[in-house]
This record gives sequence, structure tokens and C-alpha cells, in this order.
Amino acid sequence: MIIAVASGKGGTGKTTVATSLALAITTDALARTDLAEHANPADRDPEFVEGPLFLDCDVEEPNAALFLGPAFDQSEEVGILIPEIDLEKCTYCGRCAEVCVWHAIAVVGRKVLVFPELCHGCGSCTLNCPEEAIYEVLHVMGSLESGQAGPIAFGHGILNVGEAMAVPIIRQLKAKHRSGADHGVTILDASPGTSCPVVETMRGADFVLLVTEPTPFGLHDLRLTVQVARDELGLPVGVVVNRDGVGDAGVDEYCEAEGIPILMRIPLDRRIAEAISGGKALTEALPEYRLRFLDLVEQIAGELASRKEAQ
Amino acid sequence: MKQLVILSGKGGTGKTSVAAALAHLASEELPIVLADADVDAANLELILEPTKLEEHVFMGGQVAVIDPDLCQLCGRCHEVCRFDAIIPGEDTYRVDPLACEGCASCVYQCPEDAIHSEEQQAGLWFRSDTRFGPLFHAHLFAAQENSGKLVTLVKQNGRLLALDEGRELLIVDGPPGIGCPVISANAGADLALLVTEPTVSGIHDLERILGTVNHFRVPALVLINKADVNPAHAAGIEAYCRAQGIELVGKLPYDTVVTEAMVRGQPVTIYQPEGTMASALREVWAQVRQHLNGTGLSPAALRE
Repeated sequence: MIIAVASGKGGTGKTTVATSLALAITTDALARTDLAEHANPADRDPEFVEGPLFLDCDVEEPNAALFLGPAFDQSEEVGILIPEIDLEKCTYCGRCAEVCVWHAIAVVGRKVLVFPELCHGCGSCTLNCPEEAIYEVLHVMGSLESGQAGPIAFGHGILNVGEAMAVPIIRQLKAKHRSGADHGVTILDASPGTSCPVVETMRGADFVLLVTEPTPFGLHDLRLTVQVARDELGLPVGVVVNRDGVGDAGVDEYCEAEGIPILMRIPLDRRIAEAISGGKALTEALPEYRLRFLDLVEQIAGELASRKEAQ
Repeated sequence: MKQLVILSGKGGTGKTSVAAALAHLASEELPIVLADADVDAANLELILEPTKLEEHVFMGGQVAVIDPDLCQLCGRCHEVCRFDAIIPGEDTYRVDPLACEGCASCVYQCPEDAIHSEEQQAGLWFRSDTRFGPLFHAHLFAAQENSGKLVTLVKQNGRLLALDEGRELLIVDGPPGIGCPVISANAGADLALLVTEPTVSGIHDLERILGTVNHFRVPALVLINKADVNPAHAAGIEAYCRAQGIELVGKLPYDTVVTEAMVRGQPVTIYQPEGTMASALREVWAQVRQHLNGTGLSPAALRE
């Protein structure tokens, strides 16, 4: 089961919910497999891989590691393949510049200029060069790191400062972990917004959990995110209302009108804000939330099962 | 004409609430133009209650389209696509328009000439009037690309109007993150105001957004929102700013009055003008104005 956690609006608590979900599943898995002694972070066995897989897909501002504290044992540079020209073979015919829709390559007299910041790495210039004078090299845009946070298998991508394109990093992060062990539950923490990085994160998920706050901004951006997840990608969605009690009734009315289930409410509580500000996961700061997050996972599994039956 | 951009790295730190308050305070002193550069999730209009004057179509990128009558199922398109956008089928290959980057690689490679590119409408952009000045804003359609291009369009139009009408300041409400729409929002700015919060995420993201504005050589100021949620981290941010030589222009308290104001569609400086939040924001504006002055805002606009 792959659960993407998204929100549209930033700062509604995506990472709080996503990390707490992972930690709650972990404690449950530990309890069920009679390995409860590993629940203490100090006793965590790095070889133990039965927990969920957590991928922080907010590669512009990856924060989940601050709460889960993984020990990274793998790191690699990633990016896109950009063209380089073999000037021995190049006849300056200009075909590469003609086919590049990004204007990332230009032929000026007997010079070929490549603009890496415009290139999307599609490879069309390479395929179209009649002289086979183009080869491709990795243009590094960021990195992937992975490791264990206790029983949680953890991975995140980091876009380098000054680089524009988040999507290639997200794509490679997901591809790297796709073929790995079966973790039972995979949690994808999305970036704010509703454009390409969010779509890339949600693609292939079974369920999208939308974290919102009951304010006009929260509602406005929730609507847009429902359009992406449910209407464009056809995925089932459910809502977590965070900071419940602030704002107005708009989110509740909208969810009722649209038939979107509100699966959990987290009250506006300064204690929560303070605990999270210091880097504590919600389930660690307030252990009573563990059961509530486990219940949330079960509700999602139930939603998916009933949809399957209906089909 | 000066350009101020409000950024944060981390989402939800209060960029838009600060932008609305600064729009109100600035407009009392000089003629301004506003641009909402968070085109995926544009919220400034929820506070400014704009009257739309113009609506324009935004054409985004291209998307490949396969003619099923011509497709011979050779699979070459699937082979060359690096974006997993070609879906094999029984009778024809299909394009997933959400995954397609519009590179046209498949268009050139298809031996049957069965594929062509089509331009897509990716959103709308608007010119509106608000009580504080003209607003340029946009709506990128769900799941579309090219938000950077739309941000540039919105800002360019704001800039042109400001120059035409002799308006002194363009205030740009930026998107979260550090990627393409942020780089577009930041381009050409004279000053960036970075709104952060004293949380581990806020600090981590402040460092990255500061790196980004530095990379593009835009001077920055820092504002700590919800400063009393974690006084120790707030002090940490202050020390960090000192070490970096970045000026801290204020600390705002954690106060639900900002949400109350939002629910009523008002900048907090109008909703509760005598409150501590409003007076803190007035102090922030005074400092921002001074810095803009330092970057050459015309003295005429700043007499008072």
C-alpha cells in the first residue's frame, strides 16, 4: 500500500502526519512481531527491515529526516543527461538546435553552445544528430540518500541550491526504491503546491492523504489538490484536518459536499506546535497519538478494500 | 521602481499574511503594484478581494498526441521517451499528458509520422484592482507544468504596469520551496524578505532559501514568525543571521489573530490595527522601506 501525503498549502502538517504514520506503523509491526524491545530507538537494529518505507519527495525542502533521524548508509549524485558535442564529428548542421524545444542548444557559426539550465535531458538532440556527434554526460542537480531510521527504511532526495528542476530528483528517488524489498506500507511525503513535483510524487500511489487546516487558505488549496489527486490522477483521497478549532467551517462543508472522508482531526494545540518546533515527531511527543495514527492506517486500508470490492 | 519578493523555503510560515499586511502599509505611503507568484496555490486574492479587470489564457508547454489510425505499434516512442509518458496498448500506443514533458523526441522518432505536438492551455492570468493597488495573479491548472514561466509572465506584467504608471514598488508574494517557480519569483528582485519560523524545519529551510537568493545575488532580510513558539530556536536564528551578516527585521508572536483576519478577508493590520501583531508588522515595514531606500528607492516616494 502506497500512501502519498500532500496538502497544496504549505505548513499544514504534511511531514508531521507522514512521519507519525510511519512511526505508528512501526510500533504496531514491532508489537505484532513480538519485537517490542526494539521500540526504544537506542536498541534499534539497523538490519531490521520489516518497517515501512518512507520517501521524502519534497526535494526542495526535505525535512522528514529531522524528525526520523535516519542513519544514512548510501548516497549518490543524480541529475539529468545533457549533451556534449564531439567537435571532430560535428558538421554544424544545426539539426540539434532545431529539434530542441527548450532552446538548450544553439549552433552559432562553428560553435555549439549547450545551456544545461534549460536542458530537460530528453535526448532528442542525440537521437536526431545525423553525424552521431552528440554524447551525453550527467549534469548533477542533487543527490539521493538512504538508510534506516530504526525499522523504517528511509530515502530522500535533495535538490541542489540554485537548481530549478525538482521532478528528475523525485523520479529517480522513487525509481531507486521501487524495486526494493516489499515494505507493506510506503509513505511518500510530497512538497506543497499542485504542479509537476506533486504529480510526480502522487503518480503510482494507492491513496492520497490530504493534510489541511480549516482556514480559507487551507480550503482553497485543498480544492486544488483534490483536483490533482482525485480528478486528474483518479486516486482515492481522504483528509486530515490539522489545527482543528481555528478558522471556519469551510473545509468541513466542502468535504461533506464532495463526499471526501475526514479521517482524522488534530486539534489546535500549542503543545503540539512547541514539540514539533524542537524536532519531535507528534507520536513521540504525545504517545496517545500512536493509536490514532494506527487507526488512520486501518481506515485507509478499509477505504481501499471497499473500493476494490466495489470494482 | 523597486521589487520586493517575499519567500520562505518552508511553506506555511506566513508569507501571504505578511505580504497582505505589507501591501496595506506600503500603499499608505507610496503607489504599489502586487504580484502573486505562488501560481499553484494563489492565496493573496483571498485577503485582497480583487476585482478582475482582465483575464488571459496561459499557454503552457506542448504535449505529444498519437494518431491511433497511423500507429503501427512498433514501440519506438516508448523506447525513446525518458519520462514514462508513453503507455503501450492493444491497438495503439497512448500518451499520458501529465507525464509528457513535450520534448517531441517521440514526434521525431516515429517512423509512421503518427505523433504530433499540441500546445496546451495550462492556466489563466489576471489583472485586477484591489484597495491597495493593481494585482497580477494567476491560476495554473491542476497538475500542469511550467509554473516558472507563468510566474515570470505575472511578474513581467506587474513590472510593466508599475513602470507605465510610475508606481514605486512591486511586492511579489512568492511560492514555497527553492526550485523553478521560486527562482522565477526571485529574478530581478532588489530585496528578498525571508519569513521563517523557529522550528527545526524552518531553520533548515531558511538556510536553503538564503543559499538560493545569495546564488542569484539578491540581498535578503529575515523575519521570524511565531517567534515565541520556541524562543531557543528563535535565538538560534538570530545568531545565525548575525553570523551570515543578514539583518533580522522583526519577530512576530504566535497569534491566531492572523487566522481570524484571514477568515474575514483582511490584512491583520486592518483587522486589529492596535494589536501587537499590527505594530510589529509596522516596524517590519519601516525597516524594509529603509532597506529599499538603501537600494535606491526614489526619495520622492519616501518623503513623509
